Amino acid sequence: MYPLAALDLLEYQGKQLFAGHGVPVPEGRVADTVEGAVEAAEEIGYPCVIKAQVQIGGRGKAGGIKVAEDKAEAEEHAKAILGMDIRGPRGEGPFTVHQVWVERASNIEAEYYASIILDRSAKKLLAMLSTMGGMNVEEIAEKDPDALVRRHVEPHEGFGDAQAAALASDAGVAEDAREKTAEMMVKLYNAFNESDATLIEVNPLVVTKDSDVIALDAKVTIDNSALFRHEDLADLEEGFIEDPHEQERMAKEKGLTYVKLDGDIGILGNGAGLCMSTLDVVAQAGGAPANFLDAGGGSKAEAIIDALTVITSDPKVVAILFNIFGGITRGDEIAKGIIEASQKVDIDLPLVVRLDGTNSEEGLGLLADADLPNLHVEKTMLGAAEKVVELAKAESS
Amino acid sequence: MSIIVGEETKLVISGLTGREGSFHGLRNRDYGTDVVAGVTPKKGGQDVEGIPIFDTIKEAVDERGANTSMIFVPARFAAASINEAIDAGIGTVIAITEHIPVHDMLQTYWKARDAGVRLIGPNCPGVLSPGKANVGIIPAQFFEQGSIGVVSKSGTLTYQIGNELKQAGLGNSSIVGIGGDPIVGSDFIDILTLFEEDAETELIVMVGEIGGDAEERAAEFIAEHVSKPVVAYIAGFTAPPGKQMGHAGAIISGSSGTAEAKKQALEAQGIRVGKSPTETAQLAAETIGAKA
Repeated sequence: MYPLAALDLLEYQGKQLFAGHGVPVPEGRVADTVEGAVEAAEEIGYPCVIKAQVQIGGRGKAGGIKVAEDKAEAEEHAKAILGMDIRGPRGEGPFTVHQVWVERASNIEAEYYASIILDRSAKKLLAMLSTMGGMNVEEIAEKDPDALVRRHVEPHEGFGDAQAAALASDAGVAEDAREKTAEMMVKLYNAFNESDATLIEVNPLVVTKDSDVIALDAKVTIDNSALFRHEDLADLEEGFIEDPHEQERMAKEKGLTYVKLDGDIGILGNGAGLCMSTLDVVAQAGGAPANFLDAGGGSKAEAIIDALTVITSDPKVVAILFNIFGGITRGDEIAKGIIEASQKVDIDLPLVVRLDGTNSEEGLGLLADADLPNLHVEKTMLGAAEKVVELAKAESS
Repeated sequence: MSIIVGEETKLVISGLTGREGSFHGLRNRDYGTDVVAGVTPKKGGQDVEGIPIFDTIKEAVDERGANTSMIFVPARFAAASINEAIDAGIGTVIAITEHIPVHDMLQTYWKARDAGVRLIGPNCPGVLSPGKANVGIIPAQFFEQGSIGVVSKSGTLTYQIGNELKQAGLGNSSIVGIGGDPIVGSDFIDILTLFEEDAETELIVMVGEIGGDAEERAAEFIAEHVSKPVVAYIAGFTAPPGKQMGHAGAIISGSSGTAEAKKQALEAQGIRVGKSPTETAQLAAETIGAKA
């Protein structure tokens, strides 16, 4: 399913979750202003690290993590980092930095990599550990697979002290850090289960010169479907309103699944698969989709009005395509939504509608009776794609 | 023959008294599916248009001989309902409910597997064997009885392809929506195995989409274990890449999960991949024609 329904925690939120499960993390404070960051640094003492808080990796390379030796440096780094735009390693984003995490610098002896992830193929959790932590763990996994130890958690066995000890030993963890590393893996595993996580990644997990084992980073992804039993985490989600596009913000408020794209043809489909397929055939017909918008199963008139409001708020959109094949969604509801929306939302753009599936005949009947201007009904998906591309070209020429 | 549901299906529906449950449950019965019972705790003794309601699935099995269960209950109770069906001795469970927590499904997946229960879904449109039985939300009027098996991650895309096949004059043995959740009870390989063994199925259409590596694994499986022709469709060539947190996901999948990567993996095994749902149906028609 695209996009994935998941909540990515910021590093400091992940560390707070870790701390709640007994995982050692450095002492730190969160701040959203330069003054606040400097105050935090003064409290914590120097050297301290000022870290951009964004829901994506690659912060270090982007200049979002800096060490401050004194108050002047703390101020300089906080100024540079707050407000910075950071893109992910695969071009995701940009994500604007609204908060920094200021933490005590650690006395690092060694950097490890640890993660627990849901392995969809095996239908098991997978624990991974490597003594070669740091940024290039993917490269290491490819070039030297033995350097990254992977162990599935057997469903009837779980992951306790014995499994963790074996993992640490197989990964070649230094003897004086082995027990503490294993302990941390068990605590991470418990945190994973108790918070309905689908990913916990610690990179780096560090061994200090005093042989302490600390989680220096925290990437935690929580299953959105389980937020009903994690009120504290659900509250965090409320705080993430920083979608880069106005339309994405609007869609989120209205409970629609919307992704902004670069083109000029607004698209609504029902079901992620059909919606993606609609984008593909519009592109093949020579058009450029402006968005992905999955109205979801069982869409009612209200959702259609919301969807049209979001799509038409994008000034680039010159024509709209609705591609609906109803299963749980009923065609008459979609038609009612379109008719109602045409009264409430000021739409002067051409709208191509292709309606098939459950109650589609009733829906098509309603649309025919309403006789809306600028509405084009097409029988097939390819026909509808071609029509909307033609209309978009006519509009923009 | 058909797979998973057919004339032998005796269906019990958990959540039949709900609005969507009754809408689709009654449609399933109207289609000819033998709907023997509904289950809603504390509503035992009532009925929905003549279908008796029981408090538990066990009662529906004991008193009405139910052998297949459809789960239509809200997400937070759905895994418990699937578990209840497994414990009641149901052989096939089809879970329509979406947004079931992944951790719940992880446990339920292994419970079903250990008990030898076939689980389809969750977050799926169900299974339709045209002319025989419909269990789920697939609009049956768009499909004909025939010899093409369809297996798909996506609901609406499945209807689209089935409808295209119908327009190309082709029918289906069974249409199986496996669902797109991270943990599904049956994946492409499980269903491909059933179609391979099904005498009525002559060709298989596999409908995938971006994300995960189920299509890539299915491509290898087809090359080794499926003798029947397979035609595929993949959605999501124009979709932007999803945000990826950390490295663990990339390390374990061994595939980028893009539509292009999936297409290449399938074509490398000699499987034809349609550009659109329409072209996919045309490829299926050509292949069946060439076979005949």
